[in-house]
Amino acid sequence: MNYFPQGRMQGDFASLRLERVTRRFGGPGRPPALDGVSLTVQRGEFVALLGPSGCGKSTALNCIAGLIALSSGAIWLDDERLDALPPERRGFGMVFQSYALFPHMTVQNNVQFGLVMRGVPAAERQRRTARALALVQLEGHEDKLPGQLSGGQQQRVAIARAIVVEPRLVLMDEPLSNLDARLRLEMRAEIRRIHRELGRTTIYVTHDQDEALSLADRIVVMQDGTVQQIGSPEEVYAQPANLHVARFMGFRNLLELDVDAVAGGEVTLRGAWGALRGTARQSIDGPRAIAAIRPDEIAIGPAGGNAIAGEVEGVEYYGRDCLVEIRAAGGLRLFARAPGRLERGATVHAAVAPERVLVYPASRP
Amino acid sequence: MTADRRADRAALLVAPAAAVMVLLFIYPFLHGLVLSFRPAAGGALASYATFFTNRSLWPTIFTTLRLALPATIANVAFALPVAYHMRRRSRYQKVVITILVIPMTLGTVLIAEGMLTYLGPKGWLSQTLQLLHLASGPVRLTHNYTGVLLSLIVSGFPFVFLLMLSYVSGIDPVLGQAAATLGATPWRQFRYIYLPLLLPGLAMAFCLAFVQAFSVFPSAVLLGAPAGPTRVISIAAYEAAFEQFDDSLASCVAMIMGAVQLIVVSAVLGLRRALYRGPVTGGKR
Repeated sequence: MNYFPQGRMQGDFASLRLERVTRRFGGPGRPPALDGVSLTVQRGEFVALLGPSGCGKSTALNCIAGLIALSSGAIWLDDERLDALPPERRGFGMVFQSYALFPHMTVQNNVQFGLVMRGVPAAERQRRTARALALVQLEGHEDKLPGQLSGGQQQRVAIARAIVVEPRLVLMDEPLSNLDARLRLEMRAEIRRIHRELGRTTIYVTHDQDEALSLADRIVVMQDGTVQQIGSPEEVYAQPANLHVARFMGFRNLLELDVDAVAGGEVTLRGAWGALRGTARQSIDGPRAIAAIRPDEIAIGPAGGNAIAGEVEGVEYYGRDCLVEIRAAGGLRLFARAPGRLERGATVHAAVAPERVLVYPASRP
Repeated sequence: MTADRRADRAALLVAPAAAVMVLLFIYPFLHGLVLSFRPAAGGALASYATFFTNRSLWPTIFTTLRLALPATIANVAFALPVAYHMRRRSRYQKVVITILVIPMTLGTVLIAEGMLTYLGPKGWLSQTLQLLHLASGPVRLTHNYTGVLLSLIVSGFPFVFLLMLSYVSGIDPVLGQAAATLGATPWRQFRYIYLPLLLPGLAMAFCLAFVQAFSVFPSAVLLGAPAGPTRVISIAAYEAAFEQFDDSLASCVAMIMGAVQLIVVSAVLGLRRALYRGPVTGGKR
């Protein structure tokens, strides 16, 4: 049944395509908020747009939703061009960071709003609203106003309201960032469960790498309005395409060093403390390069093969492990995870497998 | 010092304002109330009896209502869509707001003078309409009911508009966006989201604008026909006080004027109680 004669609000599709989507705010002198973003999302996929604040991920989502017009580029849903359609004709469900629940409507009326707009008959509306509220485990709250609910409950209402219309695409804009840490984990599991049960294509915006890694089938890392890397969580986590992505994915040690030798993919770097072998992630041709190492991929021991020797300068206790700050000859500083406490001033070797030392060209010559 | 004490001390800052209210409003009001029950001749209710039996007095209530209610309704009806369209910040927003608010700075007498000149039978509007053969004789927009109604709309609109603008811009725009993603057209976003959230403010603006319009005096005299169709209640009070020197009757008219305002305001606020009056944002910010 088609409740929306003026547009194809429902129905299946094969893929959503963003073609060089660009959005400028303000004058032409300012850098675009979104700069030529291209992306294809397959039906049923859960895609996370990940990046620091101001990277353009929310702008991208709002462009897809139709809340922000494109400066140039196009958005296609199969052969249907979307970017000229107003948001109410796109048939997407959106969950907002601030929830955006209608404060004057009960939970029931909030959730069934989209069904009312589509002219769904009352009996079916009732049935579908009840099902959506059951899905987010909010039975019995139908007659409450949003103001009477907790933050987590409001978020569930927002999710129910977005999915009850069986949207072609679910858009989520940092839906968990207003919740406390415990609730955030709970709701994350909830979102994963709902996606598994309904299989709705979902685009999820977040600045939290854990959220993106645990939820998404594919992650799109963004920076300065451009796509830096698109890949599975494993790829993005283990093989960041560039320094931006590495920095964002927890490669806390970014050591700018002299390049000693480049042999195929293997790079030897040198400092006052000796040499370190690593793997090039981009082509290395300058005299300097940056070695990206994750603190938890460093093994601390008395001596090691591919290692940097140094002195323990500080230890932060984290319960499960410690974060150790090591100072090597020449003033080089690096952070490593160690299972037990270490004495300050002790001499240690921070060993890393060469394939876990990712080498990127230094940004400035 | 405890926080409570400090709050008490801060409360003292209200004292000057409270004193002014007592001296300039509550005392004269009580004085007038007492005076209205102390006529020069007759029993305590003689002034009220005079008002409600004299054919030049009691109809002024309805004459005034016939001006104040349409003017207020028109102002609220105009201000709501204009304010709604101005809710988003834009380059021309400031210019438009300034133009719309200027009449408020002019004062009723200046507006009346302007209208007399431009809208009078020999003003440019009348002449233009005749020149274009849109009117056969001089167009009479002054010295009658229309003149006063127009001036009430011109002088009252900026006030209602500014009030409505603050209510409209207080509503989180993300609510309209959420409604849009759920399939609501712009009209339905207004109808189902903005309007219900604006109604309490609308009621407040209506009350304030009505009270202002009901006490119309200068424009009723300057632009109206103060002997007939625009003989408003404040003219009756003025005549009693400064032409007949009957302080008791004048106070009585003032009291009745206040009572009518109070009845209308209570009725509107009573309706407002039935509306949603909670927060106008949707969740955490």
